[in-house]
Parts: sequence; structure tokens; C-alpha cells
Amino acid sequence: MTTAVNQAMVEKYKGNFLKEVTDNVEEGNWVKMCMQCGVCSGSCPLGPHWDHPPQELFMMIRANKRDEVLSSTSMWMCTSCYNCVARCPRGLPITHIMHGLAHYGKRMGMKPKNQPTEKFGQMFWDNLIKKGRVNELKLGLGLYFKDGFAEGLKVSMGKQKLGMNMMKAKRMSPMEMLGGHGVSDLSGFHAMLKKAEELEAARVGANTDAK
Amino acid sequence: MAKHEYSYYPGCSSQKGASSSNLEKSVETLCEELDIKLNPIPDWNCCGASIGYAGGGELPRMTLSARNLALSEKHHPDQDVVATCAACWLNTREVQERLNHNPALKAETNIALQSVKLEYKGNKKVRHMVEVLIEDIGYDVLGSKVKKPLEGLKIAGYVGCQTNRPFGIDGESFENPMYLDKMVETLGAEALTKYDKKVACCSGALMFSEPEKGQALVKDIIESAYDSGANMIVTPCPLCQANVEIYQDDINARYKTNFDMPVMYYSQLMDVAFGRSALDAALNGNIIQSKRLREIADK
Repeated sequence: MTTAVNQAMVEKYKGNFLKEVTDNVEEGNWVKMCMQCGVCSGSCPLGPHWDHPPQELFMMIRANKRDEVLSSTSMWMCTSCYNCVARCPRGLPITHIMHGLAHYGKRMGMKPKNQPTEKFGQMFWDNLIKKGRVNELKLGLGLYFKDGFAEGLKVSMGKQKLGMNMMKAKRMSPMEMLGGHGVSDLSGFHAMLKKAEELEAARVGANTDAK
Repeated sequence: MAKHEYSYYPGCSSQKGASSSNLEKSVETLCEELDIKLNPIPDWNCCGASIGYAGGGELPRMTLSARNLALSEKHHPDQDVVATCAACWLNTREVQERLNHNPALKAETNIALQSVKLEYKGNKKVRHMVEVLIEDIGYDVLGSKVKKPLEGLKIAGYVGCQTNRPFGIDGESFENPMYLDKMVETLGAEALTKYDKKVACCSGALMFSEPEKGQALVKDIIESAYDSGANMIVTPCPLCQANVEIYQDDINARYKTNFDMPVMYYSQLMDVAFGRSALDAALNGNIIQSKRLREIADK
């Protein structure tokens, strides 16, 4: 799947993916500082599961592997533990670059299909945006039912004991189904986010203008 | 008037009926003991946690914490912002840092904040509750409040990730921070310095989306506590607490282990050591009870 903005970006940055990342990806200007030492990849708790650990992604960006990078499942493996950031000898904000690459890949319509953390992350965002605060009960149930109703029932039954434990400890409230916590200035909150999205889309859009 | 006042940001998981409401309750008790007043930021919103990037771009996420900071600037102009949640603290502090170093991003954030009639100035100090305890209260005062020393308890201090990286607690190392062990010792318990998963990752939000990978990380964290001879794990982070405590049944089923390790908050230990009841320390909010801590509380 490609989007109009994706085609415009391909057109504009042809042959220079590093420049595209520098201009458009959150904290992407740091990529060129990577010296390929591999400390990030070796420090990552999910290291064994990545197709392309951070060091490799940075080299792939320089090598113009645009499709492979933006559609990679790798960035979605980031647990945000900041071990790579704390250890990087050049002080790259690697965690943020991973988040930035993941979001940018999604913005370009190139997110990997059926990547569970991508799906959960979007559910989390939609959940928090709705009321301004996270509704943990609805988020949890949404997660159980993400692969359809039948699968959801199976997962829910399996999680019954955990749910009962949480309710007993008063750390999960059935009342959250009826509204739950939220900000009171909800219309202002939504207007603020809409404005922020517009400003950001305009910024990325401006970068698609022909030279 | 309380001796110390802060502009407080509880976060979504600390709300009533949410997954770390026992952290909230035990911190409330702690604050009563130490004459600290936490003034909630009126109408605060979610910070986006660590997984918000999937749906929200840079600017929308920045506006989330900027709104909280602007509300704090407006309502509690002279008070530092204090968070008990690792992610709330990290996001708020990071947004402040990034906006203050990027005038273009700050200007755009303020345009978005006009929708809620707020302006972000960026002159707040954003702190974690443990910084308040260490820097404003101090180990000596904490020690002087102990009425029931936690004698005989062997505690694995699990600092985790986001309370430790990328900012951490001033003066502490990322690889081997000592403040949690010092707190444990101040309360009369034994800190297990051989616990080698002190700063390991609990998998954060990936516990929900990719449980098999998350559980593998947590298994190692718990196993290492047993190997060090721990009676319990103690942590400052709500997500660490939840991830390490509530999936022990699932982990036992997956790995044929027999884990039954209590995972407490530092604030719960302090409440008990300061002589407060099990209820005040929110011990009933734990799924795996520490029998020995409860005995001390009920003594």
C-alpha cells in the first residue's frame, strides 16, 4: 500500500533516504552520527527477535533501503527501555529514532501487516484520545478481542483468573465500562490534538513540495 | 501548611480502580507521614506512555505533556512537578527538555495549546517522587521515622528501566543505581546486592502485545530474585510492578516454574516501617501477598 504523501516523498528524495529521514523522522537527524559500534543492538532486551537491530537499520538508511526500513517489523520491537540511549557512546536518542521510524513508516502507509505491537499501540492511542486518559479496562478487553470475537472469548476465558485477581485487589474496576476517568475539558483537548496533527501534517507535507 | 508542597501528576494507572491504585494509596500515606502535600494538576491528561508513538506523531504527543505542564504553571506556579509513575515522569521531563531546546517545536506546541487557552512557558522542574524522598527529605529523616524496622526481610531492589534511564536519579549510575538498596537498608531490611536483574527491562507495553516475549524477560527477573535469596522484589515503577507480579501464574504455566514472589512498592515498605497499618500501606492491593511484611504491619 502506498499513499500520495509516500509517492511524493519517493519522488522528492530519490536516492537519498538518509536526507528524507533527517528531514522528516522524529530525531532522525541523529542517524548520521551512528558509528556502527553495535552497542545498541547488543544492549537491547529484544535483540534476539529483531530482523534488523538499530545499528543495522541505521546502515540500511544510508544504503537507501527505503522499503525494507519503513516496512520493517523491527522498530515495533522497541520496549522503550532506553538501554541503547544510556549506552550509546555518541549519545544518539536511539529509542526516539526507533519510535520516529515506526511512526513515519506508518504515516507513509508502509507499516508491517499484523504486527501486534503496532496494533496495540494504535489501540492505546485511540483509547487515550477518546477521554484524555487511558481506560485500562476497555484497553484490556479491546486487546483480547483484537483478532475477532471467537478468539476474544477464548483469550478472555484464559485471562479470567487474572481479571478476578485484579478486581479483588481493586486494581481493575467494572465501573470503567460506564464512562470511566477522563478530562473535563474534552472538547478543548480534542481541538488541541487536531491542531497539533494539522501542524505536523503541514510540516511533512511541505517537505513533499517539488524542489 | 505542609512542609513540602508539589504540583502532582498521578497518571492514568494511579487512578481509583486502576492498575497501580495501590501505589497511589501507599504514596498518600507516605506523604502524611513526611508532611508532604501533593496538589493534583487540575484536569491533567494522559502523557502517551511509551507506546503512544504508534498512533500519535511527535507534536500531538508533545502537546499532551505540554498541556499538563501549562496547567501546572497556571495553577501551581511556585511548585515543582512531581510524578510517581516512571512513564509520566519521563515523558513530562523529556517534553520539557525537547520543547525548551527546539524553539520551532515550542512555538507549534503553543499554537495547539491556544485551543485550551493555555500557554507553555517551560520553567518547571519535573521530578520523580523518589527524588523528593532522597533530595528534599533525605535518608536520615526517612531512617528516623522507622518504628518497625523490616528486620529479616531480604529484598531484591528492582529499579527497572524508565526510573533509571535515560534521565535516572542524579548521581546514580545507569548500570548499578544504589538508591533503592539504600532505601531498603534505611528501613532495616537487607538489600540483596547480588540481584543481577536490577535494571533489566520488564518488556513494558510489549507484555500486552507480545506476551511470550514479555514473559521470557520477566521470568529472568523473578528467577534472579530467587537466586539471590529474596523474600520479595521492590520497585518504584507501576508497570514493572504489574508486569512482574500479575503474570506469575501465566509464567508458571508456560515454564513449569513455581513462582510466588511478592512485588511491592518502595512506598509500601516505608508505610509499614513507619508503623502504618496494612490497609494504609495498600497491602491488599497486591495479588501476591508478602506474609512477612503483613506480619510486621500487624505487629
